[in-house]
Amino acid sequence: MQSTPSITVSSHPSVQYLLRIGDTCLILAQRLGEWCGHAPIVEEDIALTNMALDLIGQARAVLTRAGALEAALGGEAHDEDQLAFLREEREFRNCTIVELPRGDFAVTVLRNLAMAIFLRLLWQRLERSSDGELAAIAGKAVKEARYHREHAAGWVVRLGDGTAESSARTKAALALLWPYIAELFADDAVDDAADADGLGPRWSDLRDDWHAEFGAVLAAAGLEVPAERAFRSAGKAGRHSEHLGYVLAEMQYLQRAYPGGVW
Amino acid sequence: MSPAVTPGTIPGPPAEPMARGREKNEWPLWEVFVRSKAGLDHKHCGSLHAADPQMAIQLARDVYTRRQEGTSVWVVRSDQITASDPGEKASYFDPMEDKVYRHPTFYVLPKSLDHM
Repeated sequence: MQSTPSITVSSHPSVQYLLRIGDTCLILAQRLGEWCGHAPIVEEDIALTNMALDLIGQARAVLTRAGALEAALGGEAHDEDQLAFLREEREFRNCTIVELPRGDFAVTVLRNLAMAIFLRLLWQRLERSSDGELAAIAGKAVKEARYHREHAAGWVVRLGDGTAESSARTKAALALLWPYIAELFADDAVDDAADADGLGPRWSDLRDDWHAEFGAVLAAAGLEVPAERAFRSAGKAGRHSEHLGYVLAEMQYLQRAYPGGVW
Repeated sequence: MSPAVTPGTIPGPPAEPMARGREKNEWPLWEVFVRSKAGLDHKHCGSLHAADPQMAIQLARDVYTRRQEGTSVWVVRSDQITASDPGEKASYFDPMEDKVYRHPTFYVLPKSLDHM
């Protein structure tokens, strides 16, 4: 059996900016989807997979836009499926935090909270993007992110301020995830270019609002904001943790083994 | 997710310690009412377990309105609903069977009110 050859994507900063958004949504959706059939109660099972589907919808729209932009810039056009299923690990531009294993329920809801606040702030800014299509995607996505935030915040407060067991697990989840937060707000040339041509904000512009909002939920949950650490992850630059390869192996298997296979 | 409305009982404080123990281990049941369009009534559509009102509303949204079924949701704790006793159905409702005169069908309406 011959597997489908991989693709590489334009290194143009606008394309890279879109891939960071699309890939972050896609990989987080993949991790949330793992709860299907495993959530503590059936209602929560439906809630988590609903949110995974919201994120996949956002990823599809943004990746489609990224592929179209590649073509517009004179490169080869790629569709959403090629971008999702035929890129190798190093070509993925998601933040490292979303590829970490789903962990226990505390890790899942705490990561959901961190990412929902971040994505809501980002979509809000992208509603004013110079790219009309991205602005339209953002207008729809911001409502979804707002709900994801409500859902996750409810759980973080409930668990953090709950029993001794749930509180201890939430603290452990915070300690595990916190070192990966800094990457969200670490700027580079891609952010500079997006800011210059009005495509979207520098992600560091969202830092203060994110910390204020995340900190407020932690306070309500009786949790302390951990200290800043020197460690920096670099998934946005394509340097990932050891976990992403396994996510992609599962996600891409079918397209690799049966090239062009469709429903 | 079966409805657990106790027929004919009036909700009061949980008297037996067993009921309290179960409350701690098992989330209470909530009845969900969804309004499909502005101007229409909220209709009962099912029930679910949730730890608190906020969670009940969120889960109701995810379980019962994810295919655009609703514009508004109510949740009510199932143990707060008092229901008629199915065993008393005959004495409660059957006597109305032969009292057709309670329907206003014997009045002749003026033509202008034809569509009443």
